[in-house]
Amino acid sequence: MKPVSLFLGCIIPNRYPGIEKATKLVLDGLGIDWTDLAGASCCPAPGVFRSFDKVTWLTLAARNIVLSEQMNRDVLTICNGCFGSLTDANHELKHDQGLARQVNKHLAEVDMKYNGSVEVRHIIEFLSKEIGPGTIKETIKHQLDLKVALHYGCHLIKPSKERDLGTVENPVFFDELVEALGAQSIDYEDKMACCGAGGGVRSALLDTSLEMAEAKLQHIAEAGVDCIVNACPFCHLQLDFGQVEIKDKFGHEYNIPVLHYSQLLAIAMGHSPEEVGVDLNFITDAQFIDRLRG
Amino acid sequence: MTKEPVKLLDDEGLTFLTCMQCGTCTGSCPSGRYTSLNTRRIVLSARRNKDVYHDKDLWMCTTCYQCQERCPRGINIVDGILALRTESVHMGLMLPDHRKVAGLVIEKGHAVPINDTNRDKRKKLGMDELPETVHKYPDALDQVKKLLIATGFVQLVKDTEGKEKEGGQ
Ligand code: SF4
Ligand code: SF4
Repeated sequence: MKPVSLFLGCIIPNRYPGIEKATKLVLDGLGIDWTDLAGASCCPAPGVFRSFDKVTWLTLAARNIVLSEQMNRDVLTICNGCFGSLTDANHELKHDQGLARQVNKHLAEVDMKYNGSVEVRHIIEFLSKEIGPGTIKETIKHQLDLKVALHYGCHLIKPSKERDLGTVENPVFFDELVEALGAQSIDYEDKMACCGAGGGVRSALLDTSLEMAEAKLQHIAEAGVDCIVNACPFCHLQLDFGQVEIKDKFGHEYNIPVLHYSQLLAIAMGHSPEEVGVDLNFITDAQFIDRLRG
Repeated sequence: MTKEPVKLLDDEGLTFLTCMQCGTCTGSCPSGRYTSLNTRRIVLSARRNKDVYHDKDLWMCTTCYQCQERCPRGINIVDGILALRTESVHMGLMLPDHRKVAGLVIEKGHAVPINDTNRDKRKKLGMDELPETVHKYPDALDQVKKLLIATGFVQLVKDTEGKEKEGGQ
């Protein structure tokens, strides 16, 4: 397994730092060779930047990738948006020399050069492929007796032409990681549906975005679960803070706790819910938090 | 200066011309259930060289890629939507909220920068107040700023100011 650098993006360090902390605890606990990707910026946000100007999108993404190339480490992301942006940019630059030349012309201004020598990973596919649910099951300190609604999020698995993760209609690799912790992944209607945040929709058309989020929350509520588990802080924000916005705007209350998989795994590895910031979410439930303790 | 949609998509290797108008894309679209976005119609308009650049529906797509994954003709629909959006932005059309996000990256290197509430959350968790990103390294932020000027992005965002009315958005 190639050593990795941890790419934080924007939402995790600046809105849900508990996910950052949980990820670092998990990487240490599993003995993974990692380091901070110091000086990284926004990935940049795929929905907007990729829509505005392709070369700008590629240039900022390439700068982040080059920082990791300089350490000869793969880039490890914990966010579907960062993963989508960086992995798709890396793919385009590796396969289109004309684009790579344009980007390198700009990077030369800051004495950098993109080489295409590293890969971009996402924590979920990384854990699934490099560690595996079996090892995770043996590593954890206590089982979590929870019913979980899993949300893969779109850009972890799509576009599939640039990922090697199997079916996009019925994937199981994330479910297996959750079940390795003793939890039960409950099926619900339209499980693979988008949370509605991406593509610049949340930032420009909030009500529309929240209607899509509410459709998910309704289906999840019908399935009768203890919490939602996701792989992305933007989905996390949409499903956690989104519940507050939905209550304010539409008057509907759900109160479903939301965790990033890093947090769930850190807790199963023996860390307290508070240590990884579960109580710093917008939707908090003291009874649920108590159930997470070992 | 503006390219016609068919030419634009052709140049990107993303032709919409093989679309058979089956509607699988529209039927798969989570946004279209709540908005006027009709993916099949966008594809049709683009391949008929209609002016899709002013179509506000372009911005209702969450880029979930469901349509693209399911299209029986293997059309790279979302890549095409992103190319159409880009042309639209280069015509000077950018939603005001998106310009704000762009401005944050230009100024701070983050689309979602740190604030006091989250500095406190970080401290409470025993972490450094600032993450190991451009927030902590001014030289790194300077690089980002230089690059955004070099690619013409700062100017592009400036050029879109005050153009919303013209774009009917
Ligand atoms: S799914 Fe593909 S072929 Fe069918 S209408 Fe949409 S773009 Fe055309
Ligand atoms: S990618 Fe956009 S157009 Fe396609 S299904 Fe998703 S929201 Fe609809």
